[in-house]
Amino acid sequence: MIQVFKDVRIDWLANRRWFIAVSILLMLVGLASAIVRQATGRQAFNLGVDFKGGTVITVKFKRRPADDAIRSALVGHGVRDAIVQPVTDKNDTVLIKLPLEGQEGSETQAKVDAGRDEVRTALNTFGKEAEPKYDDVNADPNAIYKIIGTDAVGAVAGAQLRNKAIAVTLAALVGILVYIALRFEWTYGAAAVIAVFHDVLVTLGFFSIFQWEVSLTVIAALLTLVGFSVNDTIVVFDRIRENRRLHRRDSLYKITNDSINQTLSRTVITSGLVFLSVLAMVLFGGEVLRGFSLALLIGITFGTYSSVAIASPIMVWWEQRIESANRAAALSFSKPVKGGVQGTAKTSSREAVAAGAGKRSRGASRV
Amino acid sequence: MKKKNLLQRTIIIAIVTVVGLYIVIGPRRRPHLRDFTWTGIKSTLRDNIHLGLDLKGGSHLVMRVKTEEFLKHLTEGNAVAAQNAAKDAGFEIKQARGEATPGNYRVILEPADSSKISEIQAAVEKKVELGDRAGWVFSSPNGQAVWTLTAAAQRTLADDATQQALKIIETRINALGVAEPTLQTHGAQSSHQILLQMPGVTDPERVKKLLAGESRLELAHVVSPPSPAPSQTYATKEEAVASLNSGGNIPANRRVLEYHERMELTTNAQNPNEAKPQKWVVVEAPAIVDGSELRNASAVPTRAGGTDEYEINFSLKKTGAEKFGAWTGANINEYMAVVLNEKVESIAFIKSQIFDSGQIEGRFTKQSAEDLALTLRSGALPAPIEYLEERTVGPSLGQDSINSGVNASLVGLGLVVLFMLFYYRGSGVNAVVALLLNMILMMAGLILFGATLTLPGIAGIILTIGMAVDSNVLIFERIREELRTGKTIPSAVDQGFGRAFITIIDTHVTTIISSLFLFVFGTGPIRGFAVTLVIGLLVNLFSAVYVSRTIFIWHLGRKQKVESLSI
Repeated sequence: MIQVFKDVRIDWLANRRWFIAVSILLMLVGLASAIVRQATGRQAFNLGVDFKGGTVITVKFKRRPADDAIRSALVGHGVRDAIVQPVTDKNDTVLIKLPLEGQEGSETQAKVDAGRDEVRTALNTFGKEAEPKYDDVNADPNAIYKIIGTDAVGAVAGAQLRNKAIAVTLAALVGILVYIALRFEWTYGAAAVIAVFHDVLVTLGFFSIFQWEVSLTVIAALLTLVGFSVNDTIVVFDRIRENRRLHRRDSLYKITNDSINQTLSRTVITSGLVFLSVLAMVLFGGEVLRGFSLALLIGITFGTYSSVAIASPIMVWWEQRIESANRAAALSFSKPVKGGVQGTAKTSSREAVAAGAGKRSRGASRV
Repeated sequence: MKKKNLLQRTIIIAIVTVVGLYIVIGPRRRPHLRDFTWTGIKSTLRDNIHLGLDLKGGSHLVMRVKTEEFLKHLTEGNAVAAQNAAKDAGFEIKQARGEATPGNYRVILEPADSSKISEIQAAVEKKVELGDRAGWVFSSPNGQAVWTLTAAAQRTLADDATQQALKIIETRINALGVAEPTLQTHGAQSSHQILLQMPGVTDPERVKKLLAGESRLELAHVVSPPSPAPSQTYATKEEAVASLNSGGNIPANRRVLEYHERMELTTNAQNPNEAKPQKWVVVEAPAIVDGSELRNASAVPTRAGGTDEYEINFSLKKTGAEKFGAWTGANINEYMAVVLNEKVESIAFIKSQIFDSGQIEGRFTKQSAEDLALTLRSGALPAPIEYLEERTVGPSLGQDSINSGVNASLVGLGLVVLFMLFYYRGSGVNAVVALLLNMILMMAGLILFGATLTLPGIAGIILTIGMAVDSNVLIFERIREELRTGKTIPSAVDQGFGRAFITIIDTHVTTIISSLFLFVFGTGPIRGFAVTLVIGLLVNLFSAVYVSRTIFIWHLGRKQKVESLSI
């Protein structure tokens, strides 16, 4: 039988400081990009037509080019985030939707006109626009197309919908937290949710830094990556729970490392398969789905990483703190001491536990 | 393994598979043989699976909110209110009227004593939303009190009315169950247009009618001698107006409305809106309560057990119920009219004090009653709507992008299948069978729920497939682990499934819980995502665990003693 990993013994938790430092750095870079852009009057995120509205330009052609050809003509002239939607009951007409440039809310006629001029320049690669004196493109023998309408449109997903979406997602995360808390411990739930937050923030960071367009499809991708990330984390936690029952004497530190190692081949196979499928979508899925597939690709990568490198260390750190606090409480209960002394008793017992855990795990990895 | 158990499992799986497959590829009518040819299946699939705007396109409707009607209504309402306020303060008013032409809206009071104009102004502005702050500028030409709506206030009010209309249309379209529409403002701000795109709706005319339904409900006092005398009606409009003794004009505090009396209907239940003998009644203005005080409305059969005729039960909010209760308490035996869109639907006398509920009788069909109840619940549109433009549009993602997306997904899926077969050998077949069944049953679930598939929905499918593959990987990896510890094959399979099942339950339940939140409270794309995910994961518990297990049982049961397992 072919196997990815045989009997791995990696001390993941030993590197937890590095992992967490890298994650915090990534999140900070993304956050900094968003804040700096916002502060300097540029946009934190490149929001699409769905979110901030834009311009709908109705174009009538003598003979309509393929959607793809229109889109590449637009991209060739710097109009990247347009939606090209054919009118199917009139087969010579196309709707082109452009997002508004700049900040949302600053909707002006000038911007609408600028959008129309950009589209006109792009469409001139197909041929001339009909002269203004002709009402119809077919009346002008030299023309190929005519822009027959330019309208501003509002956002599909206005601020209200956006806020509601965020609120609902947060509620769903609370649901996850409560379920994991019931099935495991609440520290496990908190660690899983923190890891998910991390994944979403890092992914959004990429979208801010590279100014990829955020459309409604990207939101769908974010929801998907939340699902994947939680799934990954639970698989590891489940193993930890099982191993804690089987090996009651081992430290949480060792059990967590063992559990990550035991599930490692599953983690790599599943994530690898999903990664490959999504990579296929990034490479062959086309321009319109690029935002969606990129968000998934980044999200899945970090979702897998965070279940090993973020969720588990946070959970172990938290559990150890609670454990040492309990032990300190037990100590101070059996031997009541005065305030000042109690403080030192607490810290020293925590160090003892941490050191003990470290020693035990090092011993185990040599076996 | 037990033979009986295996038989039972196989039967269950066979039934589920056949039913699921039929739901997906079977037509929703009596099937013909040709429905099961390749082209037949393709066309049935097109009918069965509803694709959203982004994948298939749909209708594109541009409508305009007639804000001038809203301003007109507002002006007339203010004229009545101003007159009543002035009278309450003890001033005599000869005439009150609202003047409304596009761009010019004025409330005019003609007092009997023109020297009291500034006192009247103060009394009116105290009670009614008139005056500089509300955007109504006061002037007093020719001994009249005149309030004129400023251009800026006209714009603000019209914009507000458009926003309100947008919200109401959204409520209505969601209540109607049109899946995944997009709704946005359209054109310049001053054009008050709304753009609605909705995926292939089977009955767009019904949707259009329903969205534009004004459904302005009012309960008004009928000017009539009290019961037991019959309610006062008039055969013609002129006769009704003449009864007012105001020289052929209708004063601001009276309205003359059409009334179709129910008992005299010469119906045809199929078409209750046909022209019928009509009468006219005079009611007081303003109404006792109006639709804005409505809390709920529902369609119910008129007679218990009857299904051909419907009426509408409604209840009022607290403030409306207080007003209504006070009025009905003080007006026992008086006649009250239920007015819907400027037409009297029914007249009844007040038997005793009523607080918060009532009926609208009117020989509705089931659908017309339900549609009306829906529009009443969503609140009245502030102004009528007209349709400017109707088109059919192609998919917003673009057909070419969809094609490349589908191709890319197939490549991805192919890679997954190849890997599973290569890495897990014989057991990989299990996984592929389970995955295939998962997709068939998921589609069947979507069709049963009448869900509309959009890109976010496809994201849900991607997550489902990912988790389905993961379930198999979890199980197989676990079986391998158990084998490595030296267990016999049957017990390794048993243990592997048992252990992995706990994990699978935890991951699935967590995701289902969070998707239920998204489904119940989410809108549009978020909901579309949640629907496919919940269906997919429920199906996966069956396909990845139950079906895969059954295949193992079957495989292990074929030989007396199992020496090797292809995994």
